[in-house]
Amino acid sequence: MTRQQVLDLYFIDARHKLIDLAAFLDRIDRSSGNDDFRATAFRRALEELSKNNPDRARQVLLAFSDPTTEPIPAATTKAACGAWPETH
Amino acid sequence: MVSRVTDDYVHMTTAGCQAVCEPAFWAGFDRSSPNGFYDYFSQLTQHEPKRAAKFGLPHFCWLCINPKESEDVKLAQEVVALIPEFLKHANVLGIGEIGLNKNSRNEMKVLEMHVDLAARHNQLILVHTPHLEDKLKGTRLILEVIKNDKRIQPERVIIDHVEEHTVKLVLDTGMWAGMTLYPESKCSPARAIDMVEVYGNQRVWMNSACDWGISDPLAVPKTALEMRRRGHSAEVIDKLIFLNPKSFLSQSPKFSL
Repeated sequence: MTRQQVLDLYFIDARHKLIDLAAFLDRIDRSSGNDDFRATAFRRALEELSKNNPDRARQVLLAFSDPTTEPIPAATTKAACGAWPETH
Repeated sequence: MVSRVTDDYVHMTTAGCQAVCEPAFWAGFDRSSPNGFYDYFSQLTQHEPKRAAKFGLPHFCWLCINPKESEDVKLAQEVVALIPEFLKHANVLGIGEIGLNKNSRNEMKVLEMHVDLAARHNQLILVHTPHLEDKLKGTRLILEVIKNDKRIQPERVIIDHVEEHTVKLVLDTGMWAGMTLYPESKCSPARAIDMVEVYGNQRVWMNSACDWGISDPLAVPKTALEMRRRGHSAEVIDKLIFLNPKSFLSQSPKFSL
């Protein structure tokens, strides 16, 4: 596809998602209390968007991923929460 | 599809789907005994094919204890011991969806059990990779387990639910990569097409998540429409959504359309 075709197909959808994202960040800022690891990972992932890497989606996924390599001793939950709990 | 209503079969047939392949998966709650799995495997191999056939869809399935129930190794051993008697059924394509959920030591043991079962019975393997933050680590661990079992031919394994950070890891091993399409939270049709455009369409397929959560049995046909919007040819679309899965599944002598 040409860049014009990509913009024609996806600009409005991406614009919508970007505004939703901005509103989410505003909502966090208006709320009381502190960030947890999810917000930390989220802000780190956001930094990837402004870089000119050709693999931003991959880099965002990596920012949320558990980087360790050894199996954990036991599963204490079934659910994933979207960010590595030890993100600092 | 045990988690779906018959309308879904009607819609799939209407959209041109040629078959449904249903992996054994988590029921949304833990089954309390091996007997629960015995009944579930009976449902997948005997009842569900009849239900799908009423709506014109050939039904195939995969058998295992899902990674979400793999923390209890003793239960898993008992369930794995049940599987061989079900492998004789005409619609069973292999072992799946095995894999990892939280990447624990016990889940690894049960994964190895399943890989051994597949090797001993010469079965195809369908692998579930963990979700969200656990996917990268889990995919790496799974690939190591499978590569370490020299009885397993990589082209007879499909690693499912790949995303942008795992698809190349999988394809580099010679295994197949599956992209599972969801309406929200995981891989979208647009991103799946992006991955095909970046990494190619060899040993890749797409599948529609059809589970208890928010999911869409028509995700694959809708992705085909999205590919047309991007200008992909009918031949390219047909290879991705029909010929590729047919090629992989036809490695099982039980698969035919």
